[in-house]
Amino acid sequence: MARARGKAGQGSVWAAVPGLVYLVALVLVPLIIIVIFSFLSRAKLGVGVKWEFSTQAYADLLFSESLAGGRSFDPTYLQIILNSFVFALVTAGVTLALSIPIALWIATRPAERRTALIFLVTIPFWTSLLIRTYAFVIILNDNGPINGTLGWLGLIGEPIPMLYTPFATVTGLVYTFLPFMILPIYASAERFDFRLAEAAYDLGAGKWTVLRRIVLPSIRPGVIAGMLLVFVPALGSFLAPELLGGGKTSMIANVIAAQFGASRNWPLGAALSVLLLIITMLVLVGFAVTAKRVSRTGGSNTWEAML
Amino acid sequence: MADSTAALSIRGVTKEFATPEGGVVRALDDVSLEIDEGSFTVLLGPSGCGKTTLLRSIAGLETPDAGEIRLRGERIDDEPVWKRRVNTVFQSYALFPHMTVAQNIAFGLEMDRVPKAEIAKAVESSLAMVRLEGLGGRRPSQLSGGQQQRVALARALAKKPEVLLLDEPLSALDLKLRRGMQMELKRLQRETSITFVLVTHDQEEAMAMADTVAVFDSGRIAQVGEPRDVYLRPRTRFVADFIGEANVLPATFLSDRADVDALGVLEADLLSGTEGLTSGQPGFVAMRPENILWSRDEQGQARVVDVTFVGGDLRIDVLVGAHPCAIRTSSHVAEPPRVGEALRLEFPAGSVRWVTD
Repeated sequence: MARARGKAGQGSVWAAVPGLVYLVALVLVPLIIIVIFSFLSRAKLGVGVKWEFSTQAYADLLFSESLAGGRSFDPTYLQIILNSFVFALVTAGVTLALSIPIALWIATRPAERRTALIFLVTIPFWTSLLIRTYAFVIILNDNGPINGTLGWLGLIGEPIPMLYTPFATVTGLVYTFLPFMILPIYASAERFDFRLAEAAYDLGAGKWTVLRRIVLPSIRPGVIAGMLLVFVPALGSFLAPELLGGGKTSMIANVIAAQFGASRNWPLGAALSVLLLIITMLVLVGFAVTAKRVSRTGGSNTWEAML
Repeated sequence: MADSTAALSIRGVTKEFATPEGGVVRALDDVSLEIDEGSFTVLLGPSGCGKTTLLRSIAGLETPDAGEIRLRGERIDDEPVWKRRVNTVFQSYALFPHMTVAQNIAFGLEMDRVPKAEIAKAVESSLAMVRLEGLGGRRPSQLSGGQQQRVALARALAKKPEVLLLDEPLSALDLKLRRGMQMELKRLQRETSITFVLVTHDQEEAMAMADTVAVFDSGRIAQVGEPRDVYLRPRTRFVADFIGEANVLPATFLSDRADVDALGVLEADLLSGTEGLTSGQPGFVAMRPENILWSRDEQGQARVVDVTFVGGDLRIDVLVGAHPCAIRTSSHVAEPPRVGEALRLEFPAGSVRWVTD
């Protein structure tokens, strides 16, 4: 039977089916399971859940039960969420500060060198994040190259404790997410017309004014996209705080992992996951609103396309 | 010392660029030029001749390798671009896309820390000056090319620069708009009495606007003068050919006459620009197409290869020996020459210009 072919360039729903099935099976279904688990009860001997409706997990987020049975407000989990927020914000801020000069520098190189430099930025993606994060354990170690060099130079007597500190966590996170900030900012900066900067200089603006009033507004879509690509995954990151932060600087993902593992409290772990999901979605909505405003004020809407 | 009337004084400016292939291009080669206060000076030349490099050196966007630039007697070549009291209208206009027209114009004044109320007034008067009243709230992307051009002008003029630099400002406009803007630029220059320095590759545009034209040829200034003077008395073969149309033939100077290739000896009274030449010196003669008189002659030196009507003019293309030459004459001639006919060429007194290579 002859069938009318679709017009060239017109998407067919059938071609999208495998992808949609994949998304539903591997993203949506687990999400639904997590939400269901968060409203169930803890299994008697740990692993799994008891199929009995309960809001206990959500209560546990905010309150702790004393041995006597009384309930009192317990901010431990809220504190950890707040911590995660701070870590993610600091990470996004540091990567932003590092990425803008790098992206602008690359964007001002001759075209053929730009390609090579962007290629270099993507090199970290070649190896597993786990291995790269372990490498930082070695680097930041008391006997690692940094402390070794400083000691050899006689600048320090005792090694500076770096590993298992918040500093180590942020260092690891910044390292992990730097390319995700550089690439979108570069994409914006590459399209920036540097003759606009010349015009601003010509009109009497100094370097900082040109950066603040001409360059930054023009690369703002890239900055917003980069912030999103760094902040959201940083908020839920597990490896860097686990391997580099030690026990002292847990982020929410580590606590969730602990509930499914050692603590054997799956409903609580699921409830924490749901909370993280809600927070992430609120952040996304916040970004979307900001980006709408940006595109209304003349910025391009690259980042909206990226979402 | 610099001339007291010179707004800009350029002495021995040289600038070299490295090419991607590893070579060196000398964009400006020992260029010197005095630009009078309140004048409209046009830097004219083909692309790649160095005129834009000179303009950017004055603005401070390029740093010359050698030489000095003085603005009203003060050296500015070591000052950063943002301190120089000169402003530029860029070829691409370079309007800030995220700002409104009014914000674009106000930007330069904010850099000078002009009080807000004064800025608002200056923006209004600048908009009025370029006849864009009421468009201050628009974004550059909402304007036509001609309007964007006016905003770029208003933005630069609002700073009341000592010299306004214009880099091919009309090249992106269509022909009709360009003619109008040429008149507009002349008007603005007269009204503001700011010194204008404009770069163009369009010799008609240069002729239409300039008080003084400086013709650039491969990094050097070939000739400076009033447009009419440069047209009538070109000094080099390049200038003769670039300003208007010229027929250039190789020649040798013989005491007071010129022995021209394929044309024969031309008597002294026909020649101009031969002062100071020594006998036997090789060079070229240049003749304007409208300064060639022709008559039919079997023994004539020229053979007609094409005849074209150009409105009121008749253009006759001939070969003189192996050299193609053009003649312009009135269309009203009774019997136009035909292709293949031989013509005898004659020249009015003083119309054959001696030029160097």
